[in-house]
Amino acid sequence: MKRHLISAADLSRADAVLILDTAEELASLADRPIKKLPTLRGRTVVNLFYEDSTRTRISFEAAAKRLSADVINFSAKGSSVAKGESLKDTALTLEAMGADAVVIRHGASGAAHRLAGWVQGSVLNAGDGTHEHPTQALLDAFTIRRRLKGTGARGAALDGLRVTIVGDVLHSRVARSNVLLLSTLGAEVTLAAPPTLLPLAVGSWPCAVSYDLDSELPKSDVVMMLRVQQERMTAAYFPSVREYSRRYGLDAARMARLPGHAIVMHPGPMNRGVEIAAEVADSVRSTIVEQVANGVTTRMAALYLLLGGMEFPATGVDQ
Amino acid sequence: MTDSGSVTDNGSWLIKGVTIPASGKPSGKPSEKQGDVPTSILLSGGSITAIGPDLDHPGARTIDADGLIALPGLVDLHTHLREPGREDAETVETGTAAAALGGYTAVHAMANTDPVADTAGVVEQVWRLGRAAGHCDVQPVGAVTVGLNGARLAELGTMADSAARVRVFSDDGRCVSDPLLMRRALEYVKAFDGVIAQHAQDPRLTEGAQLNEGEMSARLGLAGWPAVAEEAVIARDCLLAAHVGSALHVCHVSTAGSAEIIRWAKSKGWQVTAEVTPHHLLLTDELAAGYDPVFKVNPPLRTEADVAGLRRALADGTIDCVATDHAPHPVEAKESEWAEAAFGMTGLETALRVVQRAMVDTGLLDWAGVADRMSVRPARIGRLTGHGIPLAPGAPGHVTLYDPAAPAEAVTTAGASKSRNTPFAGMELPGRVVATFLRGVPTVLDGKLA
Repeated sequence: MKRHLISAADLSRADAVLILDTAEELASLADRPIKKLPTLRGRTVVNLFYEDSTRTRISFEAAAKRLSADVINFSAKGSSVAKGESLKDTALTLEAMGADAVVIRHGASGAAHRLAGWVQGSVLNAGDGTHEHPTQALLDAFTIRRRLKGTGARGAALDGLRVTIVGDVLHSRVARSNVLLLSTLGAEVTLAAPPTLLPLAVGSWPCAVSYDLDSELPKSDVVMMLRVQQERMTAAYFPSVREYSRRYGLDAARMARLPGHAIVMHPGPMNRGVEIAAEVADSVRSTIVEQVANGVTTRMAALYLLLGGMEFPATGVDQ
Repeated sequence: MTDSGSVTDNGSWLIKGVTIPASGKPSGKPSEKQGDVPTSILLSGGSITAIGPDLDHPGARTIDADGLIALPGLVDLHTHLREPGREDAETVETGTAAAALGGYTAVHAMANTDPVADTAGVVEQVWRLGRAAGHCDVQPVGAVTVGLNGARLAELGTMADSAARVRVFSDDGRCVSDPLLMRRALEYVKAFDGVIAQHAQDPRLTEGAQLNEGEMSARLGLAGWPAVAEEAVIARDCLLAAHVGSALHVCHVSTAGSAEIIRWAKSKGWQVTAEVTPHHLLLTDELAAGYDPVFKVNPPLRTEADVAGLRRALADGTIDCVATDHAPHPVEAKESEWAEAAFGMTGLETALRVVQRAMVDTGLLDWAGVADRMSVRPARIGRLTGHGIPLAPGAPGHVTLYDPAAPAEAVTTAGASKSRNTPFAGMELPGRVVATFLRGVPTVLDGKLA
């Protein structure tokens, strides 16, 4: 496995399966009353967040803490970053403090990549602009495998599963990472979106493309709804929110067209009533809350494997 | 190189054994063409006084130019010297020194300084700084609109009448996107044989744009910069130039489609000229894969197909000339996230070597063609009467000596420019500029500032 996790393309199929298996192992420990493992004791993980993302930051923080790492939260607000310090200088500062891993969330595509050139420790991309969000894809893959193949599916990939990703692919780091990771794992990915919200060169991606959500639903094992950002709603990507919702929103009627076993995913935060109806979000098909829980486990696995933490005992450790 | 003469001969120079590339030969292996026989050039009193095989001139200093080629001093139509305002990035002194090292004897200084070169006062200041620096002639370009704001015409006539004698006007860095204003500018400069050099970029189609819109931008999640944003403006401007019977020059053409439109406009006999940068002749958007902003430029690096189309267009004359768009930036402007970083690359010191790699070594252009595209035509477009004159007795003593056989060496960031943002760093390029003469006086000797 590479030292950094910046793009889902950094992961081979074997790497990805190993992360999922490790996450499964960790999940089995999570049921214990004391969840903490000593594997990253003495290691420092910095959460460097340039964008507000409480959910992702908390998820990484919980993951690192459950592995006994020391966690430093570095938020761009109220720090020297707000005074105009460059990413490079911030990186050198973290380096001087001896960060073993830096988890970075940044509004600019490529920020994680740049950071990796300036620090010695591992860099985990927690979302960079409209580029990638590889741990989201890992937790999604983990969720899909658990739901559709069961918790005992160690060693398994996602071969043959049909995943339809719906919505603003153009600006979505979640979509980019998922297309790469899910196709690496053997899933058949289809992007369903209005043409304005697909990259012009999407034809070169390892997935199929459809403008018609309804025709994709009956053959989907997984439907992943993407959030429609507020700023897209006024920039001529589609005529109106209502029309978007009518054509690409997942409501109860559309959900009924899915095969019985199919699941509905959303990376959050949701716009209920826009890309997903409340009754769908709250249905038994929905994995949205599970995704959050799986996020912690998957990120634990990623941190553990990237930092080469010591072996964790199969029974967990009570402290 | 030998220095055999006294210094009493008022600085005459005898360049011995040099090859002056002959024109009109079909392409092939141009450097080995028959007809390019070694000769000598005598520079005296600021001019070329004689050319011939057996020249001798007592007292003249001699350069053994065996294996070198002589080109008329190069002319750059598109240089950012940054002074006044951004002297941390470049000054007229350092920028012209870089130009001389690259074989240039004249550069056109772009108007996007601070303050903007939109008045006679600023263009005269730049012109005087160029005279004082002395490494090459500096011809200021005037802004088309006040403050480059695209709203109101700058005093074009006053700049034309100033000591700087401005003939090229450009809002470079920004596009004169208002069609009516563009029409008026084209029309107005007819009164003094001016030319509008357009930075063709539709602003609405490129809001927030970062990288050529294609596979790379899609993969990297960088906002796409569509080719049509350039091509649509070029098409419109060609039609406007035809309509009002004026001269349009298209800056830094970056797409194969743009070249097609210009080819069509020229076929109509319209007064349209165009330039291409060295980097657009050699580099593609694939280089953005590592998000290193040294490859961030406006217009953006495009695709292999565009590079091929641009090379063809330069070879067949559709694109008239190579212009560097030398755009120095301080280190911190590039050591950042891609979207934060400044647009632009340096280019003066590497242009000729890049052109050798992209055009000559590929058999697309011979050295006479290089002289035409890098000296004769840019001087003509820039209305520079004293430059771009083929090497012949009586011509001004602007001469560039170049060694095309110098083994390929990796480009370094050490140079005369104050800035280090060369996209070619580490790339092995052939050739070497050995000497540059401005009015018969060396500005560069043995590859170093004289």
